[in-house]
Amino acid sequence: MTFSADRPTMIEFRDVHKYYGDYHALRGISGEIKAGEFFSLLGPSGCGKTTLLRTIAGFEGISSGVVLIDGKDTAGIPPNKRPTNMVFQSYAIFPHLTVAENVGFGLRRDPRSKAEKAKAVDEALEMVGLKGYGARAANALSGGQRQRVALARALILKPKVLLLDEPLSALDKKMRELMQVELIKLQRQVGITFILVTHDQEEALVMSDRIAVMFEGEIAQLADPETLYRRPNSRKVADFIGTMNFIPCEVLSQGVDTIEVEAKGLGRVTLSADQAPPPKGGEAPVVGLRPETLTLVYPGQSTQDRTVDGVVDEVIYFGDMTYYDVYIGGTDVEVRLSMRNVPGRPILDVGSKVQLAWNPSALVLFR
Amino acid sequence: MMGGNMKGGWFRGYAIVYLLVLYAPIMLLPIFAFNDSAIVSFPLAGFTTKWFTQMAGEPTLHDALKNSLFIAVSTAVISTLLGILAARASTRFVFPAKGAIMGLIMLPLVLPEIIAAVSLLVVFLGIGIPLGLITIILGHVLVCTPFSIAILSAAFQSLDKSLEEAAYDLGETPLSTFWLIILPLVMPGIISSLLITFTISLDEFIMAFFLGGTNVTLPVYIFSQFRFPQSVPVIMALGTLLVLLSITLLAIAEYFRRRGIAKTGGKNTGGFL
Repeated sequence: MTFSADRPTMIEFRDVHKYYGDYHALRGISGEIKAGEFFSLLGPSGCGKTTLLRTIAGFEGISSGVVLIDGKDTAGIPPNKRPTNMVFQSYAIFPHLTVAENVGFGLRRDPRSKAEKAKAVDEALEMVGLKGYGARAANALSGGQRQRVALARALILKPKVLLLDEPLSALDKKMRELMQVELIKLQRQVGITFILVTHDQEEALVMSDRIAVMFEGEIAQLADPETLYRRPNSRKVADFIGTMNFIPCEVLSQGVDTIEVEAKGLGRVTLSADQAPPPKGGEAPVVGLRPETLTLVYPGQSTQDRTVDGVVDEVIYFGDMTYYDVYIGGTDVEVRLSMRNVPGRPILDVGSKVQLAWNPSALVLFR
Repeated sequence: MMGGNMKGGWFRGYAIVYLLVLYAPIMLLPIFAFNDSAIVSFPLAGFTTKWFTQMAGEPTLHDALKNSLFIAVSTAVISTLLGILAARASTRFVFPAKGAIMGLIMLPLVLPEIIAAVSLLVVFLGIGIPLGLITIILGHVLVCTPFSIAILSAAFQSLDKSLEEAAYDLGETPLSTFWLIILPLVMPGIISSLLITFTISLDEFIMAFFLGGTNVTLPVYIFSQFRFPQSVPVIMALGTLLVLLSITLLAIAEYFRRRGIAKTGGKNTGGFL
């Protein structure tokens, strides 16, 4: 990750609460977003991520707490006076204006000359790859082009923060993946803080410097994508980000730097302290293991890792990958593992007896 | 297969009879307007345009026409302005008793007009407002505003809320957002509303009859002339022109309504035509 933590703070939330009548939409949000960061608010629908984004834009007031943008309290400042601009989920392209009029809309109050503004519009269009589209009717554009117009229109004002409300959700898969990469490049090019709202964990992992995972109006974890993926701090986050096997376990002893657990099927494992996030309580302890950290040991191969025997219960073929659901250690514990389909790795049949290699360092303890 | 065709045949026959009953009487207007006889009956006597000439030289008719145009234009402007406010409020804001308030505003659509006319007459006489063009306009605004709201609500409804937010976000004030974004996008609806309320006011009779005092509008003039058999063909000629005018205005209104829906990318959910 290229992100460095010593950058200045651009946005700060201090115990932000938001009520809609009796509904508690934001429940004490605190955290910082750094200048120049590509930050994502990730969570299922209804988790408050869009509400939080809209409090930054100024479209939603907050019930209590403080939202600071670049060190200034935003209380009472309307959207048109904030150094933020937004790309809307529907893009909100003005249908009665041309592409150039849309992009130049925010420059209406700009004191620059007409020619200078036209130049700025051309530059903005060029930046998003729509050079020469200025005279077209905004209505005649495709979804991807509308998205680019919305980006150009927001970025032409050189905001301190660009807010993106699920900007890729209306695009098809190919277009979405293309735009993900373009957005990353664009963000590096302009250096503006981008805040993205998304419910797509893959999108968040691909694009972000840091991600705040939100559930039910609270930030469950705020971390860089790798930490989030490798060291989720709760079973809920682990479940939301990618796929994770949860294996029942028993905590045998708790040392200063290590924890000894007995995991069903895997046996006795010693975990380091960073593999055990603070206990949440309430649920039976489990250890989590990502599918790609488990490997099939083919006959004739050897491994340095620990191994466990298993029986294949299900085979799911994905072309480049194959997923196997395997009962391990003669127990009813089933784990999913993923193997790349490379030459020399035949696809196994259901019922095959297999040996799985795994490394204790890949485990995370949730309790 | 046979049954399907039979069924189709029955429905087609029904539709034709229905349309005939609806429009055949109106088709009589132009027929007798050009018929060279003072008596309105078959067989037809011959072609003439003298009823139109006679109509053009009728001073009371001119006064009635002037009154009607003044009333219709005023009514169209006032009820459309009220319609804009009400439609905007009902589609964008949540306020207490919204359903009840909107229901009461829309009530004149189904309220017997004669009841409203008599009530207004009692009120005007009671508080001493002299009957005249102004009182007719007030009555017509009451009748026309619900139509205006119905047309404009559809126009405001099809506006994406994020368009307003985007303009606000890009530095405009709520007021300038209204001028720059909302108004242009609902303009087809506004034009449609102006034309339809104009048309409704132009041929409205009951309010004009009760609230006009000594002032005569076109429909009231037509009604009064029916007492004189010799002026019936002239009325036919006048009626022909009014039908043409109404159809033209409604067609233009519908054109703008559809264009407005296409412009904002909404779905056509049916209108008045």
